[in-house]
Amino acid sequence: MKIDNSLPLEYSTEENRLKILGFWIFLGAEIMLFGTLFASYFTLVDRTAGGPNGMHLFEIGPVLIETFLLLASSFTIGLGIHAMRLGRRKAMMTFFGITLLLGLGFLSVEIYDFIMYVHEGATIQTSAFTSILFTTLGTHGAHVTLGLFWGLFIILQVKKRGLTPETANKSFIFSLYWHFLDVVWIFIFSFIYLKGMM
Amino acid sequence: MDFFDRFAIPHPSPVIYASMVAIGLTVLAIIAGLSYFKKWGYLWREWLTTVDHKRIGIMYLISALLMLFRGGVDAIMLRAQLATPEAKLLDAQHYNEIFSTHGVVMILFMAMPFIMALMNFVVPLQIGARDVAFPRLNALSFWLFFMGAMLFNISFVIGGSPDAGWTSYFPLAGNEFSESVGTNYYMIAIQIAGIGTLLTGINFMTTILKMRAPGMTLMKMPMFTWSSLVANLIIVFAFPVLTVALAMGTMDRLFGTHFFTTDNGGMDMLWANLFWVWGHPEVYILILPSFGIYSEIISTFARRNLYGYKSMVYSMVVIAAYSFLVWAHHFFTMGQGALTNSIFSITTMAIAVPTGVKIFNWLFTLYKGKIEMTTPMLYSMLFIPLFTIGGVTGVMLAMSAADYQYHNTMFLVAHFHNVIIPGVVFAMLAGLTYYWPKMFGFMLNEKLGKWTAWLLSIGFLLAFMPMYITGLDGQARRMYTYSESTGFGPWNMVSFIGAAIMAVGFAVLVYNVYYSVRYASRNISSDPWDARTLEWATHTPVPEYNFAQVPQIDSIETFWDAKKKGHVLFKGKYEKIHMPNNSGMPFIMGCIFFAWGFSFVFGIWVPLILTTIGIFICMALRSFENDHGHYISVEEIEETETKLRGAN
Repeated sequence: MKIDNSLPLEYSTEENRLKILGFWIFLGAEIMLFGTLFASYFTLVDRTAGGPNGMHLFEIGPVLIETFLLLASSFTIGLGIHAMRLGRRKAMMTFFGITLLLGLGFLSVEIYDFIMYVHEGATIQTSAFTSILFTTLGTHGAHVTLGLFWGLFIILQVKKRGLTPETANKSFIFSLYWHFLDVVWIFIFSFIYLKGMM
Repeated sequence: MDFFDRFAIPHPSPVIYASMVAIGLTVLAIIAGLSYFKKWGYLWREWLTTVDHKRIGIMYLISALLMLFRGGVDAIMLRAQLATPEAKLLDAQHYNEIFSTHGVVMILFMAMPFIMALMNFVVPLQIGARDVAFPRLNALSFWLFFMGAMLFNISFVIGGSPDAGWTSYFPLAGNEFSESVGTNYYMIAIQIAGIGTLLTGINFMTTILKMRAPGMTLMKMPMFTWSSLVANLIIVFAFPVLTVALAMGTMDRLFGTHFFTTDNGGMDMLWANLFWVWGHPEVYILILPSFGIYSEIISTFARRNLYGYKSMVYSMVVIAAYSFLVWAHHFFTMGQGALTNSIFSITTMAIAVPTGVKIFNWLFTLYKGKIEMTTPMLYSMLFIPLFTIGGVTGVMLAMSAADYQYHNTMFLVAHFHNVIIPGVVFAMLAGLTYYWPKMFGFMLNEKLGKWTAWLLSIGFLLAFMPMYITGLDGQARRMYTYSESTGFGPWNMVSFIGAAIMAVGFAVLVYNVYYSVRYASRNISSDPWDARTLEWATHTPVPEYNFAQVPQIDSIETFWDAKKKGHVLFKGKYEKIHMPNNSGMPFIMGCIFFAWGFSFVFGIWVPLILTTIGIFICMALRSFENDHGHYISVEEIEETETKLRGAN
């Protein structure tokens, strides 16, 4: 394995560079995935079939908490990658841990939100609007859930193996994923929640 | 017993029971054969666990050929039923199931893996790489495709086949009108195979963008590699749309959601839109690599460099962009209004321009060339006129006002077979014949190959030209019969004869493989066609590491330059080569996905949850795995190289 020391650790081998490009392309596919969900959402948003609509369901409180938690987690993972580039393993692991806790907090509030929706008579089977609402939010939530496990595994590996080109590469790719989920949330916040409450 | 009732087929017939027995016997025969010849270990070590792009390519090829015959049998049954008016060979339900599976099998489980087969085998060799960017992911792609295909194929003996057409339009595909599990199979089997295809798209884009040999700039890539790059780009942007559409369809059928239903606000046209936002780019995913194959073959056997290389590249990129802007032309008659229809009419007709550019480029490549009419070249020469007919009828269909006459008639069926058979199937058979010696170390028989090409072409013309006529006269597609007074009878009989001739053509192909395995000379050079691109610069059989030294590239036709202009392709000494290790994980994951899909189809929730957990455990294990691959030492390379050079 040839290691190029002029580059950051996560880019230092050919394999690492391939993985990072491959992941960017994967994120391109993810953009299409969420793009399709948003397009379907805009198509179905007014088809409530007499059931609750966004104005009725959405509350700004929990949504703002979710937004702050997720945006903060994006910041802390940025700090984590910064610490990784400085070679400070402990700091990096701490920031990654905080990121995952914030993610867990986000997920808890989202689940609470879902339960509230169901209590107000909006299940996934109520109308086309609730079907696409739960599916779009749920797809994002499932991504966050997967990210929690993935991030945990990466912390364990960094703990066990230290900062090697491989673990650094994994951590960096995970940070791309996490930032991407944040970007998707900004769209959900703006175009599903804020627009729905207007 | 209620539990087992769901596995029964809704419309049993003796043919299906016979198929069950045949499937059972074949499985037993394979197991017995493998045990008797003690080949289980060989199968596991050399094939099921392989991450070598060449072997994965060959597995794709075998799957594609098997599916070609499955889809071909479907086709013959359809044409036999329609051969005479009011025939009783198949009932309406059975006919619906057969045309639905014929479409899905041919597009997704025959044409796609055929393209993947050639892409896998050829692209890394053409760019001078040792493997693809993510070899294990590549194996996973294959096994996901394979398990998806198998899941789809068992539908007709367990639970019933999908019967809502390959487009599976809602509300027809909803629970109300498609009661059997058939459409569940459609949603879930295609989902599994589709994830595999998406991963291939990511893998090959990364490979082509990052792993080209030194000196090969983007504009020095061989045309097949270019077409693969563009096709994979389309895959990455089109397949997620299908993923979402299928997930929604699955939820509508199994979880009672209301995406495409006719009540509670659902919108059936959303399915049609999402399906074709994926579906139209999908046909370009098939046709662009086919164009790439034709470009390689025409340039090789006209003994000239490809005319208009740059315009070839630009036209492909333009086609890729347009492919996402034309989807509504599949349902002009569904009332989206004159303005929308006009816009989509114009974008659709505009696609004819870059396609025309390519046709003329091939013609100019032939002009003043020293044409050698080998079998691959014969396919290419048949392709140009036949495909052009299909292209012209495509422009006819693109006119939205006129489409009200053509829509849902045999005219449309004639059109898309007219582009897919000469465009894709001929390209795949040409590519198969062309790359056969590189894959297997001997050539297919030329005489039998030409017989196949002619039989397929004549059969194709007889089978599909009459459909243009009956279509214009109003024969609807997907109708299992028609009355004698329509006058469609004789034309449909001609179609049946044409289909039978095509079947003979494929039988000759099978015989050709058998004949060539037995009698063809093994003493061929590594470059039997006197070709121009890099894949012919390595030995036959291709060693595990493809190239002992990384080739140095100076032009589009580096290998030709090396042969004729004294360009030095391989410089320097051997160095040890890093290769990935084999892994059983992709195959195991594929098997779990199969069980997952099967449980999902029938809504058996406990195994579904267990297999879902199993899939995530596999992913977690992969995350923790520490696999650094292995090195091939210089001595080993020298030994292999000496041996292979002796063979040539």
